[in-house]
Amino acid sequence: MRLMVDLNRCEGYAQCAFLAPDVFTMHGEEALRYEANPDDDERERVDRAAAACPVQAIIVEPETPRIPEQYATRVETAANEAAKGKERVGRHAR
Amino acid sequence: MHDDFEDGRVVVVGVSLAGLRAAEALREEGFVGSLTLVGDERQEPYDRPPLSKQVLLGRSPPDHTALPRRHPIDAEWRLGVAATGLDLDAKRVRLADGNELAFDRLLIATGVRAKAWRYPEQAALRGVHTLRTVDDARALLDALDAVPTRVLVIGAGFTGSEIASVCRERGLAVTVAERGPAPLAGALGGVLGEGAADLQREHGVDLRCGVTVSALEGDEQGRLRRARFSDAATLDVDVAVVALGAVRNTEWLAGSGLAAGPRGVASDAGCRAFDLNGIVTDDVFVAGDVARFPHPLYDYQLLALEHWGNAIAQAEVAAHNMVHSGSRRRPHLSIPAFWSHQFGVNIKSVGVPTFADEVAIIQGSTAEHRFVAAYGYRGRLTAAVSFDQAKWLDFYTRQIERAAPFPPTYRPMDAPAKVQPVPADVPDPALVSHAPTVTVTGHRPDERRVVFDPAHA
Repeated sequence: MRLMVDLNRCEGYAQCAFLAPDVFTMHGEEALRYEANPDDDERERVDRAAAACPVQAIIVEPETPRIPEQYATRVETAANEAAKGKERVGRHAR
Repeated sequence: MHDDFEDGRVVVVGVSLAGLRAAEALREEGFVGSLTLVGDERQEPYDRPPLSKQVLLGRSPPDHTALPRRHPIDAEWRLGVAATGLDLDAKRVRLADGNELAFDRLLIATGVRAKAWRYPEQAALRGVHTLRTVDDARALLDALDAVPTRVLVIGAGFTGSEIASVCRERGLAVTVAERGPAPLAGALGGVLGEGAADLQREHGVDLRCGVTVSALEGDEQGRLRRARFSDAATLDVDVAVVALGAVRNTEWLAGSGLAAGPRGVASDAGCRAFDLNGIVTDDVFVAGDVARFPHPLYDYQLLALEHWGNAIAQAEVAAHNMVHSGSRRRPHLSIPAFWSHQFGVNIKSVGVPTFADEVAIIQGSTAEHRFVAAYGYRGRLTAAVSFDQAKWLDFYTRQIERAAPFPPTYRPMDAPAKVQPVPADVPDPALVSHAPTVTVTGHRPDERRVVFDPAHA
C-alpha cells in the first residue's frame, strides 16, 4: 500500500508513530520518517494513524480507488447521449 | 452555460509530483477529454524527499517511494520518452521517439535536474554522484553500503546537508565543502547558517566553508581517489556527492517562443505561460519547480520554488484554470513552505527568507537548535523559519499573509530577553544562487531595465 506525508503540515505530534510504529518513526524531537510502501497488513494501523493525525498530513492511497464523481457523471451522460444519438440515427434511417 | 474546457486534448509534459497531481486534479475538475502524460523517466511518478533521507539510510527501498494515487486518471502514459520541442502555432509537442502529440491545452511540468559537476571527465569517475532521481539514490545507496572511508559532499544546501546527516548517522566520515560562508546560508541567510554550521560540526562533520573543490582525481581504473580544494588542501575520498543545486529543464523549449530559460518558464499568477514578448498564452500552463510566477506578497516579483508543497498547490491551480475560463479562474497565491530533516532537527520555513533585509530570533535560541527566526523586509514580516518548533509556523503563515509588521509588535512565547533584528545577510536575489530552494528571479520594480537571458540550448 502506498502513502505519503505532507511534511509541511506535520507538526511532530507523533500520533502516527504510536499507532503504526513499523511505518512511522520519529527522528529527533519532531522530524518524522516513514515507510512509503508498507505491507498491506499495515492497512488498518495506517488508516488509524491517518485518521488520528491532528493536522491530517497523511495521504493514503485508497484500497478501492474510484474515479472522481464529476468525471464519471459526465462520461456517463456523454455515453447516454451518444446512445440516444445512435438510436435517432437508426430510426431516421428506417 | 459556461464555456468550460471539458473535452479535448490535454498533454502534460513531466510526470513527477506536479504532473501527476495536475492530471488527477483535471479529472476532479470534470475534464473528460483525452489526457496524455509524457515523462522522460521510466518509473511511474515517485516522491523525491525520502530519497535523501530514509532511502539513503537504507530504511526504505528506493522503489518504495512511488506516489500514492488519489484516484484513477484514465490517461495515456508515455514514460521513458522526453519531450524535445514545442510548436506553439501548430499546438504540437515533439517527442524524442520522433512522434508528435497534438494538444488543445498543454501543461509544462518538467521540473529541474541536479547540476552536474563542471568537468565531465571528473564527473564520470566511479564514486562521483548526484542525487535527484531514484536511480541516483540507488547508485548512492550502493556506494554508502560499501562503507567508503570518507564521503565528500560538495555544496551545503539542503540536499547536501541532508546527505551529510545521513552519512554521519551511518557512521561514515564525511567532509562538506561549501563555497559560501555557512551551510544553508544561500536559502536562510548568514545568521541561521552559523547555527547550521554548529549543528554539522557537533555531529562530527568535517565542514569546510569558503572553499571550493577545484578537482576530483581518479586512479587508472577510473575510480575516485582524491579531491583538491581551492585552498590547496587535498583529501583522500572514495565517494563524492555533487550537491550544487538544480538546473531547470527548459532546453526543450528553446526556440518555441515561450519565455523559458535558465531561470524557468515565466507565467502569470494563474499558471499561464508567457511568450517571449511577455504576452500571456491561454493554452500553455506551467507548474512545479520549472515555473516562475509573480506573487503579490513579494512585490509581484517572479518566484521559482523548488518546493514539494508548491508543486502540488500550483498543479491544482493550473488544472483548475485549464478547465475553467474567465472570472472562474484562480490565482496561485499560497505562501511558500518547505522542510528539511537533518542531524535530528526538523527545519521548516514559511514565506520567502531570501526576500528580507533583516532577521531576528523571536522564540528560543540558536545555541539550543530550537528556535523561530522571523524575516522582515522594509518593516514587514516576509518569512519565518523554525528549528524543532514546527507548531508555530501556521501562526506565522497567517501573519505573513496579513503583512504583519517586522519586528513583531507582540511578545511571543519563549521570546529572548531582547528581540534584536540584524541584517538578513541573504544572497542578492538577482543572482541565481548555487543551492536555492527559493529564487526570487524577478527584478525590483525600481529597476527599469529587464534583461532576458535566452535559453542556452
